[in-house]
Amino acid sequence: MASMVPDVTCPFCGCLCDDVRVVLEGGKVKEIYNGCALSQSRFAEVRRTENRNLQPLVRKGDTKVPVSYDEALNRAVEILADADHALLYGWASTSCEAQIAGIELAELLGASIDDTSSVCHGPSTIGIQDVGYVTATLGAVKNRADVVMYWGCNPFHAHPRHISRYTVFPRGYFRKGREDRKLVVVDPRRTSSSRIADLYVQPEVGHDYEILNALRAMLRGAKVAGPTVGGVSIETLQQMVEMMKRAEFGALYFGLGLSMSRGKHRNVEAALQLVRDLNAQAKWVIGAMRGHYNVAGFNEVCAWETGFPFSVDFTRGYPRYNPGETSAVDLISNGEIDAILTIASDPVSNLPAEVAGKIRTMPAIAVDPFKTLTTEAADVVMPSAVTGIEGPGTAYRMDGVPIELRRICEPPQGLLRDDEIVQGMLQRLKGMGSR
Amino acid sequence: MKAELVLANGTVYDPANGIAGERMDICIREGKIVERVSEGAQRLDLAGKVVMPGGVDVHTHVTGSKVNAGRIMRPEDVRSNVSPRTPLTRSASGFTVPNVYQIGYTYARMGYTTLVEAAVPPLKARHTHEELSAIPILDKASLVLMGNNWLIMKYLSEGRDDLLREYVAWLLEAAKGYGIKIVNPGGTEAWGWGRNVEGVRDKVPHFGITPAEIIKGLLQANEGLNLPTSVHLHANRLGKPGNYSTTLETMELVRNATTRMPRGQVLHVVHLQFHSYGGDGWRNFRSEADKVAAAVNSSSNITVDAGAVVFGWSTTMTADGPFEHDLQRLTHLKWTNADVEAETGAGVVPHFYSMKNAVSVVQWCTGLELLLLIKPDRIFLTTDHPNAGSFSKYPQIIHLLMSRKYRDAMMEKLNPVCKKSVLASLDREYTLYDIVKITRAGTAKALGLLQKGHLAPGADADVAVYDLKPDSTEGLEKALSSAHLVLKDGTTVVRDGRILAAPIGRTYWVKCPPTSKRDEMIDGLREHFRYYTIQLGNYPASEEHLMRSSPVVPEVSS
Repeated sequence: MASMVPDVTCPFCGCLCDDVRVVLEGGKVKEIYNGCALSQSRFAEVRRTENRNLQPLVRKGDTKVPVSYDEALNRAVEILADADHALLYGWASTSCEAQIAGIELAELLGASIDDTSSVCHGPSTIGIQDVGYVTATLGAVKNRADVVMYWGCNPFHAHPRHISRYTVFPRGYFRKGREDRKLVVVDPRRTSSSRIADLYVQPEVGHDYEILNALRAMLRGAKVAGPTVGGVSIETLQQMVEMMKRAEFGALYFGLGLSMSRGKHRNVEAALQLVRDLNAQAKWVIGAMRGHYNVAGFNEVCAWETGFPFSVDFTRGYPRYNPGETSAVDLISNGEIDAILTIASDPVSNLPAEVAGKIRTMPAIAVDPFKTLTTEAADVVMPSAVTGIEGPGTAYRMDGVPIELRRICEPPQGLLRDDEIVQGMLQRLKGMGSR
Repeated sequence: MKAELVLANGTVYDPANGIAGERMDICIREGKIVERVSEGAQRLDLAGKVVMPGGVDVHTHVTGSKVNAGRIMRPEDVRSNVSPRTPLTRSASGFTVPNVYQIGYTYARMGYTTLVEAAVPPLKARHTHEELSAIPILDKASLVLMGNNWLIMKYLSEGRDDLLREYVAWLLEAAKGYGIKIVNPGGTEAWGWGRNVEGVRDKVPHFGITPAEIIKGLLQANEGLNLPTSVHLHANRLGKPGNYSTTLETMELVRNATTRMPRGQVLHVVHLQFHSYGGDGWRNFRSEADKVAAAVNSSSNITVDAGAVVFGWSTTMTADGPFEHDLQRLTHLKWTNADVEAETGAGVVPHFYSMKNAVSVVQWCTGLELLLLIKPDRIFLTTDHPNAGSFSKYPQIIHLLMSRKYRDAMMEKLNPVCKKSVLASLDREYTLYDIVKITRAGTAKALGLLQKGHLAPGADADVAVYDLKPDSTEGLEKALSSAHLVLKDGTTVVRDGRILAAPIGRTYWVKCPPTSKRDEMIDGLREHFRYYTIQLGNYPASEEHLMRSSPVVPEVSS
């Protein structure tokens, strides 16, 4: 018997589209509607079991052997409690409930906790701490925007429904749809997003900072020496400025092209300042294209729980925040970390090789629904239910809108949820008494 | 926890029951104040101590997306005030944008046991409740932003009062909110186009109605639904020189409105200090607190809170998006803005109130003037935390209210503009009895929290005991910052300023029974959700999400 579940939130990217309809058959996902290609593959991935561990594993000698959750949790807590300075890393693709428990775990251990944003939009957050963040929910853009600009990102591939559901194509209260809006794409690469742009601007790689500041200067009426800035002609820049000033409601979305290229938070700051300045003459907002579906949620949770958005060090008992010192890559490469818990992320694949190498050699616990290079390297592996498909929770969309995640089917073989696993460690540790 | 307890021999202040500093016993059983307890009850001798109901903060911004935006933007504030985890408490951080634990512990140490989060965008209500549930010890309630909501403006322009009322009831339940909040009616919607409205008769762009119509329409819905508290209003033109005339005009709108509810007021005007300015620019910026105070005193259906200024850093944050933009243009400090689709917006800008700056000093004088000129049953103590200063500075404001000498000493340190203020001429000094009114009795009544703010049998056993002398202000601020004893539902949560327990507080929200109009309203709502980016089914914050849900069901009018 097939059944249809409406209004399912897709647990993949920061768009967190909540209009997915899932057809279930025999308690398994049969097909999905409204989902993009990424969403399709996410829901399909869950159906297969060959890429999943179905039982906790603990290293004994040279091999890892299947054990109960109880034994794996005990071993995990032993490792964490024995460490001088543990790092709890990841947290992007899981629920706020797991993140909340994780922060208490870090506090109780005197550990550090960091999420994947420290190697992603962390610099954007640092930029925000210097300048502020003039933003809006995606619906404000859908209803009002007549100019939408993407800078250093390719939404068609990374956030496939961003343009179609939220910004350019949809009908809004004050806009009929695509014909009412101008799309501008700024990217050194030609992409499928740039191909449909009304104006495509192709700068040289690594010149965003000067282009953004040239736009700021021109906005204030200053003359900028030509003929080009960062590979973009003065005429094009002038055209952009005119378009921005004339906008009734403009929105600028930026990706890792700004936050992870040379200049990092300074690039983002320049973009934030441009939008701030524009508001003296027009109405503009800016937004970061957050990647994983709940990476924005970690920053929210971490801020209300500790005061700081990421890279928090509890080694002194109170929260300290100093990215560059207390951020995951720096802590590990400086040799400060002697045990690591990774959850809902794959740092061995994604972090710099030197750091990944260090993770491979230290006592490591990995919590993840799937087999990854990180789970392969870990001493304790605790597989978990896929949050948002096999377990409920809360996640924050890239624009800060909290959305409910549903449990639409059972996890295989009674796998626990991420939050249950983290709570399991927390409760065991509390039983041992705080250090 | 002992089930029975006697707070014996304390000097009790309970203005709701006319008790002004009488030495008496307060009996407690199972979390409630009772007439008497059995012989074997535990007795705490509080001779020489002052006993009063737990504090009830009527207006504070401590949770939700804009507060968190403030935390994220201001690590310099967060790191200014940190303390480590202890066996009983979590690590605490932050001063004007504290983390959830700092909020709970600081309020509790001050003897506060209930707070009202004053601005919740319904789309992000789930966020607010995640934070409210995490704040330890205190009971909580929240107010839902409705003054720039498209559907409300549409119903108003179509004259559909019936659907408006039904939608307000639905929205309160969806956001798990306790009351209606209006912020710069129409102005935040105009900010969607980079504009503002300039007064209660200005038309809201594209919606064809005025702020006056929004205020009156929501007030009518509020009273039609018999909601426990009145509409809370952040009036138009906040922070602008000369805005007092708008404030007077706004209060005039409700002159003839009445309520059946025991609270008495039909409108609570928030942070009045920010709305009581004269002059036509910053050069001749001045306080018009005396005129505004006279208007409040001569009306019988309005309450207000002060929004009194504390010198030093603050973090301004409000759903008044255009105001924050203007402030940023003035001070050039960092600025966060957050427009929320089809509903509201928000802005956050750090601010420094300087003792040497004439504008800051006039604002400081204005807040105190209002508190000293308006009857204490009608004005309540707030700093509009963290806009005019941190709530942790309430003891300092209480000290200023209770001591003319302290005010005079303070004014010696300020920009001389204060010497010309009305404040300089005011001799009035608050008594502890008055202080209990502006921090407990009055706020609980205005909120319709009839079990709070007093110590008669039947009240919640939320009690604060301070080590201070009623007739002297010596050591007052320290005593008020660090209570001798605080009980929450009869449990000792604070002793000598230390947290002893951190129970989970209630979240109050209003659950109005649906009427025959519900189906028609929901049909319209389905249509309207085309303008949202989340599905109607995912919009409401679920009750399971509240750690300790406490719904209030209003009586249905016949």
